[in-house]
Amino acid sequence: MKRGPLIPIIATLGFVFLYAPIISLIVFSFNESKLVTVWGGFSTKWYGQLFADPQVLNAGLLSLRVAATSATIALILGTLCGVALTRFRRFRGKTLLAGLVSAPLVMPDVITGLSLLLLFVAMESIIGWPAGRSELTIILAHSTFCMSYVTVVVRSRLADLDLSLEEAAQDLGATPARVFFDITLPIIAPALVSGWLLSFTLSLDDLVIASFVSGPGSNTLPMVIFSKIKLGVSPDVNALASVIIGIVALGVIIATLLQLRRPKSARA
Amino acid sequence: MTTEVPAAPGSKTPTGLWPMLKGLLVRMGITGRWAVILPPALWMTIFLLIPLAVVFKISFSEAVVARPPYLPLLTFGDDGSVQLTLHLSNYLFLGQDTLYIAAYLNSIKIAFISTVLALLVGYPIAYFIARSPDRWRNILLMLIILPFWSSFLLRVYAWIGFLKNNGVINNALQAIGLPQITMLYTDFGVYVGIVYTYLPFMILPLYTNLVKLDDALLEASADLGARPFRTFLSVTLPLSMPGIIAGSMLVFIPAIGEYVIPTLLGSPSTLMIGRVLWDEFFANRDWPLAASVAIAMLVVVVGPLMLLQNVQNAVVERK
Repeated sequence: MKRGPLIPIIATLGFVFLYAPIISLIVFSFNESKLVTVWGGFSTKWYGQLFADPQVLNAGLLSLRVAATSATIALILGTLCGVALTRFRRFRGKTLLAGLVSAPLVMPDVITGLSLLLLFVAMESIIGWPAGRSELTIILAHSTFCMSYVTVVVRSRLADLDLSLEEAAQDLGATPARVFFDITLPIIAPALVSGWLLSFTLSLDDLVIASFVSGPGSNTLPMVIFSKIKLGVSPDVNALASVIIGIVALGVIIATLLQLRRPKSARA
Repeated sequence: MTTEVPAAPGSKTPTGLWPMLKGLLVRMGITGRWAVILPPALWMTIFLLIPLAVVFKISFSEAVVARPPYLPLLTFGDDGSVQLTLHLSNYLFLGQDTLYIAAYLNSIKIAFISTVLALLVGYPIAYFIARSPDRWRNILLMLIILPFWSSFLLRVYAWIGFLKNNGVINNALQAIGLPQITMLYTDFGVYVGIVYTYLPFMILPLYTNLVKLDDALLEASADLGARPFRTFLSVTLPLSMPGIIAGSMLVFIPAIGEYVIPTLLGSPSTLMIGRVLWDEFFANRDWPLAASVAIAMLVVVVGPLMLLQNVQNAVVERK
């Protein structure tokens, strides 16, 4: 089929649309002038200012701690949920569990955040726990919505998986737990890694839910960035953005190269 | 080697932390299916089902200046009587005040237009990637996904510098002698923001669908004398319908409840329901009203979408 130049031109414009704002963001992070969009000469002073700001550093560390903990909890619960929904034929409440676990995927963040905050407030007045809102309440909230994403990843991997391996192990007398840990788990390991990474990123990215359930003193990085940019553009946010984009780009590029180098047959 | 525990023939003695833990769990009798089902089921009940019930309950309450800022529904009298007070006033208020109805309608309108725009931008890109040589595809796909891994908030922020009155676009327009256009803090800004941040969600399902398209069909259509545009309309487009639907849902659903994009890129009068809920909660501290906005949002917007998904799943399972 003969191909016109229209599609490549639109696609090129599409890639420009995707990358132009990011590139301009990075370029202006090296701007001497405080006016973000007028070039005033090369400077790295905003980076210096960024790394000297304890508020940003503390928020960054808090966000990383929350993301790592929530992703791990979500991984364990989401894997169990994925196994229950794909490998167990029928149990009481299966439809309800499937519905519940897919709800956070379509529920707006404002509702998830509001409902969890109201729960924490009600629990505090009834059983006295959790006392106030803090890092812990953010972790509980993030684990909940990340678990849904892990469940989706694990379910789709398990659905593709050849059942005969697990059946063979069972026929040879392995207990269900043994089958899971020795056969299923190693095979779905790549899906678990991507589930954890997805959860980690989603948790790092969340502003709305964290704003509802965090307490005084526990501001995550997105919360700090949001309060800065509500006041308008500022060059130190540009610097912070460039650092984050740099780390992410490096990680994704390395991961992709590693995947490309693997032989096709070994790909998950 | 342990002698107390009779080991099954051929099985190795557990050493190390993990096998010991495994052995412990097995000996405690936690091998049943319920050990797998209960943890996620309990977690989801406590942190999803009960919270929604709490929201539902508080939506019938009355706002007061107190901690927590709402009145209990159940009050216990001195004589041991229990009184249940349900305030429907919040819901009546939602129905009467045109602000809320306008916000719901406007959210649906903005989400719908953004979805159509994302489809128009995303389809050619997905098509281009799907028709590219094998070795280019992975790299192009990576370029699409890469921005998604970086912070959502910062991608929205990047557009402030672009759309501002003295921003990159307007400076460029001025340099070539054209008048400035106000783009930031308008509905246009919101559309750009939503299309930009959710574009990967549109492109990926479309790509997955288009890459399976059989070249033979396109060649057959061309051999029968159809021009490329005709082939697209009668072969490619109908076959890619599942991808179009999946991608549109992935953009439309999060766009409806969006808070960050209308707040940062829209005008103060850009009403979206997520923003109304946020303001009701944080600025006005009216928790019961915020709760009723949430319940109405679940019923009007999320409920139909979940039903649709269930119907889809049922159809897929029956096949």
